[in-house]
Amino acid sequence: MLFKEVIYLMQKDFLLELRQKYAFNGMLLYVSSTVFVCYLSFGLRSNVLQVPVWNALFWIIMLFTSVNAIAKSFMQENRGRLLYFYSIVSPQGIILAKILYNACLMLVLALICFVFYAFVLGNPVEDIPMFLLSILLGAIGFATSLTMISGIASKAANSSTLMAVLSFPVIVPMLLMLIKMSKNAMDGLERAASLDELLTLLAINMIVITVSYILFPYLWRS
Amino acid sequence: MKKNWWKILTVLLLVFTVAVGMLSDVPRLAILNETIRNLYFHVPMWFGMILILLVSVVYSIKYLRKPSVRNDVIAHESAKVGILFGVLGIVTGMEWAKFTWGEYWSNDPKQNGAAIGLLIYFAYLVLRSSFAEQQQRARISAVYNIFAFAALIPLLFILPRLTDSLHPGNGGNPGFNAYDLDSSLRMVFYPAVLGWTLLGVWIINVKSRLELLRQRLYENV
Repeated sequence: MLFKEVIYLMQKDFLLELRQKYAFNGMLLYVSSTVFVCYLSFGLRSNVLQVPVWNALFWIIMLFTSVNAIAKSFMQENRGRLLYFYSIVSPQGIILAKILYNACLMLVLALICFVFYAFVLGNPVEDIPMFLLSILLGAIGFATSLTMISGIASKAANSSTLMAVLSFPVIVPMLLMLIKMSKNAMDGLERAASLDELLTLLAINMIVITVSYILFPYLWRS
Repeated sequence: MKKNWWKILTVLLLVFTVAVGMLSDVPRLAILNETIRNLYFHVPMWFGMILILLVSVVYSIKYLRKPSVRNDVIAHESAKVGILFGVLGIVTGMEWAKFTWGEYWSNDPKQNGAAIGLLIYFAYLVLRSSFAEQQQRARISAVYNIFAFAALIPLLFILPRLTDSLHPGNGGNPGFNAYDLDSSLRMVFYPAVLGWTLLGVWIINVKSRLELLRQRLYENV
């Protein structure tokens, strides 16, 4: 039952996205212009940026992209539609569908961002599969924690400020792990070296999903 | 008198902590020297903060199960006292770090984790202040409070242990129990933890009673 609901709600989100191309195109432009601004402001030809700087800059762009992309997930729904959902589906279905949808959206955005970023600023990554794995985990992690936060922020009056204030501290542990893991991948260290970070990231994701699953019904009621 | 015995206990424990903590013999150790006495002030702050924030989370859960003004007020006041303990913990920790590690802030994972943890709870206060309606504010901040606590635990207890840290008990360093050969530190440390935590509970008790009275006054005016 829950599974069916999740599938339906995700279908609805994808369909809306396909018809309106609202969030996706906007975010695409956001990503490309941010990368281009970075390129211009460093004022350099490719392959001159140091590895830690490249890595940090990439994850900062990812962080802002995801905050902006996911902030829309509850704010764009109008009041009538929310009431309609309230009467026909369970809150657990809604939060899971939103998390999955946002994870897919973030994954696509992150991959595009990585390709464009590597194209413009050079690609010093040595172990690309491992780096892609860290992007995958990052997309899922950002989607899980930010979806819940955007649900909280959308209830308040000044929701866009609140979104940033609430999400940055919560997301920092995840970001630190991701930066370390992708740094390992960039230096081409053996993969066992990143196992600790990988497991911690998975554990943090599990905690966040469980807590969101339990808490969202209370948020939804208001 | 029967109900207030723990307040007397708090006063006695804190007097004991300050007097004995400042005057008693401590192990002579290089680098640490006399700053080891900070063990009775810095470490209990974090113990107290975690316990008091746990109280806050428990009352937030109670609020979600059974909404009442009392549960909300206690959750809010204990979060504030938890933040106070956290700030004191970070200040005493910086002071200690100046004398042992050489810098007030040396970009240590434990220090950064504590700072981010405080930011999470400052965000809680900002969130609370952005709702006008009382019930909505109570419910949504309860949800965030539980969420924040779940995010705080890995930040303070798991991440610093995975990386290199100067802080005792992290990154392969021994904890303080390794220096405490004849248990003389423990004699003061445990009463100190209990005393400071009870003081926090006392503050919560007084402040939430005051807040409840104030709300009742507003209702009647």
